[in-house]
Amino acid sequence: MASEKWPEAGKRSLIGKRVTRLDGAVKSTGRAKYTYDVNRKGMLHGKLVFSPHAHAKIVSIDTSAAEKMPGVKAVQLMIEPGKEVLWQGQEILALAAETEEQARDAARAVKIRFEKLPHFVADAPPEKAGQHQTALAEQVTGNPDQGFKEAEVTSEGTYGCPVITHCCLEAHGQVAEWEGDTLRVWASTQNVSGISGELVDGLKAGGVEVPASNVQILTPVMGGGFGSKFGADTWGVACAQLAKKAGRPVKMMLERDHELMAAGARPSIYARVRVGAKKDGTLTAWSSESWGTGGIGPAGNPNLPYVFTRIPNRRSRHTRVETNTGPARAWRAPNHPQMCLITMSALEDLAAQLPMDPLDFFLKNLPFVIPERAETYRQELVKGAELMEWKKKWHSRGDKTPGPIKRGLGLSIHTWGGGGHSSNCNCTIRPDGSVEVFLGSQDLGTGTRTVIAMVAAETLGLPVSAVKVNIGDSKFPPSGASGGSTTVGGVSASTRRATTRALNELLAKVAPALGVTPDKLEAACGTIRVAGDPTKAIAWHQACAKLGTAAITASGQRAPRGPDELISSGVGGIQMAEVAVDVETGVVKIEKLVAVQDCGLVINPKTAESQIYGAMIMGVGYALYEEKLMDETTGRCLNPDMEFYKLAGIGDVGNMVVHFMTGPGYDERGVIGLGEPPVISPGAAISNAVANAIGARVPTIPLTPDKVLAALEKVPRSALNDSSLRSEQEGGAA
Amino acid sequence: MSKRKLPTQKGLSRRAFLKTTGAAVSAGVVSGAAAELLNAQSTAKNKVAGPGEVPITLRVNGETHNLNVEPRVTLLDALRDRLDLTGAKKVCDRGTCGTCTVLVDGKAAYACSMLAIDAQGREILTIEGLAPEGELHPISAAFVENDAQQCGFCTPGFVMACKAYLDRNPNPTEAQAKKALGGNLCRCGTYIGVRAAVLDAAARMKGGR
Repeated sequence: MASEKWPEAGKRSLIGKRVTRLDGAVKSTGRAKYTYDVNRKGMLHGKLVFSPHAHAKIVSIDTSAAEKMPGVKAVQLMIEPGKEVLWQGQEILALAAETEEQARDAARAVKIRFEKLPHFVADAPPEKAGQHQTALAEQVTGNPDQGFKEAEVTSEGTYGCPVITHCCLEAHGQVAEWEGDTLRVWASTQNVSGISGELVDGLKAGGVEVPASNVQILTPVMGGGFGSKFGADTWGVACAQLAKKAGRPVKMMLERDHELMAAGARPSIYARVRVGAKKDGTLTAWSSESWGTGGIGPAGNPNLPYVFTRIPNRRSRHTRVETNTGPARAWRAPNHPQMCLITMSALEDLAAQLPMDPLDFFLKNLPFVIPERAETYRQELVKGAELMEWKKKWHSRGDKTPGPIKRGLGLSIHTWGGGGHSSNCNCTIRPDGSVEVFLGSQDLGTGTRTVIAMVAAETLGLPVSAVKVNIGDSKFPPSGASGGSTTVGGVSASTRRATTRALNELLAKVAPALGVTPDKLEAACGTIRVAGDPTKAIAWHQACAKLGTAAITASGQRAPRGPDELISSGVGGIQMAEVAVDVETGVVKIEKLVAVQDCGLVINPKTAESQIYGAMIMGVGYALYEEKLMDETTGRCLNPDMEFYKLAGIGDVGNMVVHFMTGPGYDERGVIGLGEPPVISPGAAISNAVANAIGARVPTIPLTPDKVLAALEKVPRSALNDSSLRSEQEGGAA
Repeated sequence: MSKRKLPTQKGLSRRAFLKTTGAAVSAGVVSGAAAELLNAQSTAKNKVAGPGEVPITLRVNGETHNLNVEPRVTLLDALRDRLDLTGAKKVCDRGTCGTCTVLVDGKAAYACSMLAIDAQGREILTIEGLAPEGELHPISAAFVENDAQQCGFCTPGFVMACKAYLDRNPNPTEAQAKKALGGNLCRCGTYIGVRAAVLDAAARMKGGR
């Protein structure tokens, strides 16, 4: 009998091998059909009308002119007159017309009268937020006052990150098609198995009853989510309502400006931090007062300090600021990048003040991380230092090399959970030898499809190409939403169990032909064979032929919660950054980023590496460029586009090195998710590297040239050994 | 609501726009774009197109397509909504992200920033025309092999930008490749794979095909 446990290192045929992404060809030839690409016969195009105001009462909505516009087939109110809209971008109504152009014209022809109400959109500290704030309870451990008394060196600073957006390249949206009383929805979602309930509820509230069993969600591929695509969304419900009214399929994809205003934001978090240590670098106390906004709802409550959660004496308090901006959504590793930036910046500033090499400082203080992660971090810091040539390149604060280009190094440490969401998998082995697995999961571009195929093929002793993976359909056995880096754990566990059970049924059928009991058999190299005696083997197809006409179907599950021997939770990683800063222009250039990451048993190193590269590149984006800017006077978003909401480009990201902590001591933990952890540290590592380069902290990211130059104003020119710097302001009186 | 002004709406008609450009031309400040528009004007023989649908002919992937579109319809929307050629993606819809990149007369162009009526008489190549269905062009193969894609939404644009570039410079350095593909954005962060893919594709294309 085959065991469901992961095979030992020497016995793995596929796990740990670099397998090329299975949907690579269909994507790189432009043949993959994303939701945005679905064109159904007779399909109408939907458009949304949304609030241009940050806060207003809707006095009246007049759709009469719009309804008479050419091509318009259906109009759906999403909010009633008399109600208030609370942010720019809040949906008011949806309509559908024959062409996109006609739908856009009609949307413009809708007449809405607003009574403007006072708004508050400032990303402001509590003292400037008036009544728009909620102070959360203070958290105190140990004796912070005593801890600061014991400190021989203390450092104080303010650090933070503004609101940023998800900016998925495929906008949020759906295509809805009714056939009688059944509803089919192509959705750009991270939650294939989960959104039909929300659609059903939304439709019911609008007077259309449809049982969830009549709703099918389809997501064969999707163009990025990053935490912003878990729900059906108001526009998903409206899309289905319009399709019902018009009796035709409707495509409703958000336009880019609306996407950036309303379809996902990461809360801002800022903090005033005080931290103290002994002269030898041992931390004694932490104190932080933090604040931030997640838009209109509660979001973004940090736990500070981050990673070094066991600093003996600590006090933290957070104030939530509510603003009239689009609600926050989970953004890849919710709150962690912000908590990481604040903590690692404060600690690096303290190290600079001691003074102490931050590498030594972080190593010294590993007793204050959770005990089960300390040794991992130590190994990772040592490995990272080797890959970065840290000891050779590091200098104390302020690069004294002559000339305007100043180089610096920074590092950061992060943690994440992972684990596995609930997942069900069915495996079918047919008498002709073909194999299929079915899961109501989705591949966000992380490589989920490929990992599922590898696990199934590994179990059955087949090549990856012999397994057909069916995902992206809510009619398949339910699997959890892809969030929290829980997908790989969930689907690999359920797939391993389903395929092992199916195999054991097959072994029972084949055993008589090989003259042994099933427990002596194994599947390997495209055969069923007697373990330890490869001469007694039967080819896979011949083995399956013994099934006669009856295919085998077996199911496997990752239970909704609780321990599971195939997977684990809890990882640690470190990242190091090398930057070059032009102190005349303030432009920061990434030279090199190093990531060292633990994630248990790595199934596919090729796609896993891509996850880390991608996370670091996303990190460069939010470290250097990204910020959702709100205008306090008008309450409107100033950059709901991709010219001024800037993403990192191919020339901006420097060189990158990825190292996995794998092998003995790590593999035994089983599979752990990887999507989120490596996006946590880049902001902190890059900010620390810039501080190291220019000799001053740029308090908040993104590290734009204006902020870098402002920070440089505080640096005595002697600290950078550059007589040309700011000689005008200082009049040569250094 | 989109902030893009419609040519037919108050102020600026397509005709007025062409007139303005014409004025600029007579004043002797012909930019490349103005010259292109002047070309379009002379082909149209000063006829006002629209505002309703007009018949146009597009040459796409070697085939001739006759279709009716409003003059304001972009090449991208004509390809995606009328011809069901959805490889070119719509993301920013204003010439920033490069996901809609196609080749027009062999040069990379943002299909969102060109009107369908202005694409008449041009040879348009979309990613669907790069290789027959089921086959991999060496550039696509290089993207697959180097894992130069995650969600894949930006990938067709990168592949087409890469095609236009390698046609011009078959022997790029990594530094040149970075510069050449600077007009395309990816949110998943696949640039490390893309850099490798461009160099690999150059090698593959020299190896045959």
